[in-house]
Amino acid sequence: MPSLGLGRYIAVRIAWAVFTVAGILFINFLVMRLVPGDPVLALVGEFPVPPDYIENMRRQLGLDQPIAVQLWLYLVGLAKGDLGFSFVNRLPVVDTIFSRASYTLLLMLPALVLASFIGVALSIVAAPRAGGAIDSAVSAISTFGYSVPIFWLGQVLVVIFVLNLGWLPAQGMTSLRAPRTGVGSILDIVWHMVLPVFCITIYYLAVIARVARASVMQALHQDFVLTARGKGLSRRYVLWRHVLPNAFLPVITVIGYSFGHSLTGAILVETVFSWPGLGQLFINSIASRDYPTLQGIFLMTSTLVVCVNLLTDVLYAFIDPRVRLGGAHG
Amino acid sequence: MAEGWRFPKMRLLVLAAFSFLTILFLAALLAPILPLPDPTQISDAAIQPPSRLHWFGTDELGRDVFSGAIYGARVSLMVGISAAIAASCLGLIIGALSGYFGGLADLIFMRIAELFQILPTFLLAALVIAVSQPGLPQVIIVIAALSWPQPARLMRSEVMRLKGMDFVTLVRCLGVGEGRILLREVVPNALGPSLAIAPLIIGHAILVEVSLGYLGLTDVDVISWGRMLSTGQRFLLNGWWMSMFPGVAILLTTLAFNIIGDHIETVLDPRRASGRR
Repeated sequence: MPSLGLGRYIAVRIAWAVFTVAGILFINFLVMRLVPGDPVLALVGEFPVPPDYIENMRRQLGLDQPIAVQLWLYLVGLAKGDLGFSFVNRLPVVDTIFSRASYTLLLMLPALVLASFIGVALSIVAAPRAGGAIDSAVSAISTFGYSVPIFWLGQVLVVIFVLNLGWLPAQGMTSLRAPRTGVGSILDIVWHMVLPVFCITIYYLAVIARVARASVMQALHQDFVLTARGKGLSRRYVLWRHVLPNAFLPVITVIGYSFGHSLTGAILVETVFSWPGLGQLFINSIASRDYPTLQGIFLMTSTLVVCVNLLTDVLYAFIDPRVRLGGAHG
Repeated sequence: MAEGWRFPKMRLLVLAAFSFLTILFLAALLAPILPLPDPTQISDAAIQPPSRLHWFGTDELGRDVFSGAIYGARVSLMVGISAAIAASCLGLIIGALSGYFGGLADLIFMRIAELFQILPTFLLAALVIAVSQPGLPQVIIVIAALSWPQPARLMRSEVMRLKGMDFVTLVRCLGVGEGRILLREVVPNALGPSLAIAPLIIGHAILVEVSLGYLGLTDVDVISWGRMLSTGQRFLLNGWWMSMFPGVAILLTTLAFNIIGDHIETVLDPRRASGRR
């Protein structure tokens, strides 16, 4: 295989990301055309709007013109940052989504970091004794995380920790009586984050632990590990300096790969805890048939997922010389 | 060896999973003739805790939660299995064509598969169902349309492995056409490994169906596990049983499918499952 330089590798990845975003845009464009009946009426929902607005919108979307022209108009609108207008929220969709996205990331990022570290740490402990008690526990956690409906896990936690023990808050992001500024307000938010972050961490851990375990296993049986042991290096040293860096690599990929999956998890968890992020916006938009917002959420989160994947791919290349030199993964 | 003592335990777990699913299947199938109260029957006994009369308690309209859980299984199993069958058929066809003929079509199909695997497809499913109608066929079609990449990828790699083997070359030398070779020689050999993930797809499809129901995107008039959890959410304080029991039913069901799926994977390819070389 000819060697791919780092520059070329990144260029290929960016091209793929652009192609992917184009695909997402196309899917999003098609979804509204799937609606039985008048797309304008569907977009407006059951909200009472003036008839001349509907006329205007019909012209703006080019619904009286061929589908290619409609696609073009749609893309031009997007290029201007126009994701449509939500009548329910009386705001442009872009503004609504941006105002909520940071709250969702506030749940997701800590969960992501926690799950990555716990997942790798557990695998390092478990893998050398395959089939042992810890290893079985890791497999059990992973299978559980794959199988449990995440919002139900949230409900169970609410029943136990909020309703029975009274240790933690169940609703929203802040308490009414908490201080509005300073360390007190931050602590209050962190307090509210505990249960939702825990749920998302379990969800993510299921994916990461499985991949980390397999990659630690694989790294353990590589020749260089045997060589390092043969040189007289201690078991612990080999594990930390030779196996761990190699085990982390697939985990980076899986973080990017399952980002969309965990975003879905976060959205479902938010609805349990009334967290004011994208999830709550999503479920409210379903209830009020606010289609422009639903579409906007799918479009923005998918684009974010593609960007995160691009980022992890590039990061991977920087860390693993085999990729940029066109080796096994090139 | 460590693996030695784990093996019988694993088999016991698989056996338990299989038994649970068998009982659930029978209960779901025979629900109308079992001595169960009508799950839609409203009564005065609202929000009653579990008792001898109502094993899982009653909901806010006095409906029997145990009966609801059994009837909910009918919907979830039906949707899960139908979606998995549809996704497998679609995936196997795409995977076989992609793997055997390669070229541009292969490139495009595999890129689309990759796209489907990274995107938050659940949001897309919810969006599509929200704009169309929340009926069972829609839910099945949407789940199937989003779940085909996994079987497609497995089928593709199996077909690619098999098409280079001697027996295929031999058949080709006999003058048999490519389409016939694919259909009669390659596909039958590739089917087993590709279908092995069917239980995992069913488990996933059930979770998607439950999540859609939880968001209120399934038929209001059909009793389903997702809908029960959605209602139960409002009564966690004074009626925990309304969502706890259906939730346990979902967990055990998906767990059983996943355990069986993992086991089949281990049996078919012990190296990959244990990470050994």
